[in-house]
Amino acid sequence: MRMQRLLLTMALAMLAALLATQAGAQSLTLQIINGVPSAIPITVVPFGQQGSGPAAPVDVAQVVGMDLARSGKFRTLPDGEIVQSPTTGSQIKFATWQQLKQDYIVVGTTVYAGGVLTATFQLWDVNKQQMLLQAAVARQGSDLRRVAHEIADAIYQKIIGVRGAFDTRIAYVTMVGLGHAAQYSLVVADSDGYNPQTVVRSHEALLSPTWSPDGRELAYVSFESGNSAIYIQNVSTGARRLVSGRPGINGAPRFSPDGKKLAVSLSFQGNPEIYVMDLGSGALTRLTHNLAIDTEPSWTPDGQNIIFTSDRSGKPQLYEIPAAGGVPQRITFQGQYNADVAVDYDGNKLAMVQGNGNVYRIAVMDRSLGGQEIFVSPGNLDDSPSWAPNASMLLYAATEGPRGVLYSVSADGRVRQRLVLSDGDVREPAWGPYRNP
Amino acid sequence: MNATVRVSVIALFCLAAAACAKKQEVKPPPPPEAPTPTAPATTEGVFTPADLQSNACLRTRVVYFDFDKSEIKSQFDDIVACHAKYLRDRPMARMTIEGNADERGTREYNLGLGERRGNSLASALEAAGASADQIKVVSYGEERPVCREHNEGCWQQNRRDNIVYTTE
Repeated sequence: MRMQRLLLTMALAMLAALLATQAGAQSLTLQIINGVPSAIPITVVPFGQQGSGPAAPVDVAQVVGMDLARSGKFRTLPDGEIVQSPTTGSQIKFATWQQLKQDYIVVGTTVYAGGVLTATFQLWDVNKQQMLLQAAVARQGSDLRRVAHEIADAIYQKIIGVRGAFDTRIAYVTMVGLGHAAQYSLVVADSDGYNPQTVVRSHEALLSPTWSPDGRELAYVSFESGNSAIYIQNVSTGARRLVSGRPGINGAPRFSPDGKKLAVSLSFQGNPEIYVMDLGSGALTRLTHNLAIDTEPSWTPDGQNIIFTSDRSGKPQLYEIPAAGGVPQRITFQGQYNADVAVDYDGNKLAMVQGNGNVYRIAVMDRSLGGQEIFVSPGNLDDSPSWAPNASMLLYAATEGPRGVLYSVSADGRVRQRLVLSDGDVREPAWGPYRNP
Repeated sequence: MNATVRVSVIALFCLAAAACAKKQEVKPPPPPEAPTPTAPATTEGVFTPADLQSNACLRTRVVYFDFDKSEIKSQFDDIVACHAKYLRDRPMARMTIEGNADERGTREYNLGLGERRGNSLASALEAAGASADQIKVVSYGEERPVCREHNEGCWQQNRRDNIVYTTE
């Protein structure tokens, strides 16, 4: 009985390994968990094709529509209800779209020639029958989907008034196999999970990836040497350097907003303390001094303060300390357990892992609203929150059955979407900065 | 001999525990609450590397912890005593203590918790006469679970220190 079970487990593991090899780095697919009735209705009409060249390898309109829907701010008209196919403003019969209760309509055309995908589009207000935006976007090589993400960003900004964050990248860690067969990968993908590229592989655990502010580098923790060590790696060239391989814990790296420093948690002086490392000289400044676990530092956007996790009061809670040194102040008082803060771009919203009993959820505390908190994830084992650069959405990791999955959720917690990787355990998401600052 | 002792210990434990059959199928067999091996770590003679294989106490290389705790429970006193004696008897011996945590909470905080558990065992060994240079502590946090279900039965097997002799 026991033997049979063991054989079955081994067979399944081999099958999983085989599938993983065949599938390579699979894309994440998206699933809407719950929608918002108040979302803005918008139709993205399938783009017309210009010229006699090959068909565009990317369905630009479909990607634009998925981006907008994923934000939770928009509700796109399903393809089956798109009864007319205008490709320019002069072809739009507004009465049709008014009848379908659409507020906005996007029309356009694509040309694919010489490996370059060019999309020309217009955004129209259906009720005012007025054009709000028109532009052409072109990309080549592995960047074709960016054409659609850039269009979605432009539409998002025009209607919502905030820069879109669809043309961004995310990093995350996958694990396939168990024990000695375990294979960890640090992966970089588009914000919708497409174009996954493995940038690091290891048979030992990888964790805590974090982006440099210019999006060129990732800092992360690797156990490849048998102990935790912090590396910084160039995403496009793969060149990397060891920045801390001291005895004890080398963990929780986060770049300062100017990219010149790295906040870390190191235990070589006895127990985990917060340090700031100058990346030019390697010099360390120690910020905390006590017997507690001090870890998970994160900078405020002005670079003046660092918020970190400490269990100096018994259980983990968040504290804030001046980045140049000073006295830490406790800032979380709701929930038994608060850890791993993610600070949004203006410093108002702090996302964190909040634990009560055996339930760990992502909570968002709004400091501009007197520290009011909402939960944006259902639990029970959610962690690793990471803000989109415009704070419209968060990524986090959840556990479902035997494996980890990633979710994106709107900042108000009302629209959640699962990013499913079909061949493994996914964790440690980190949302990168804007690609064109 | 040892094997039969262990089997009968498990059998006794099973009489007490309702979910016996199921428990036996969990891959890492020693449940944390099982009684520690009864062979006493007597002071007779001096330990040799062969004892790491034959001595029931020295063969036990895992210490388990309560949730969010790093104190060594009294049920592991014998384990601490025999491994400390081994390190005293063999000054050239070296060990790595691998500290681990269960999956609840954040990965980086759990790295700290694993280290705290490793340090706790290292301190106990040193208090019993081992030298600090003989012991290295590495924390794996929640990255090396021996059991992957999401319940206390599994979590208690993951909250542990593993003793690994690097020089016998």
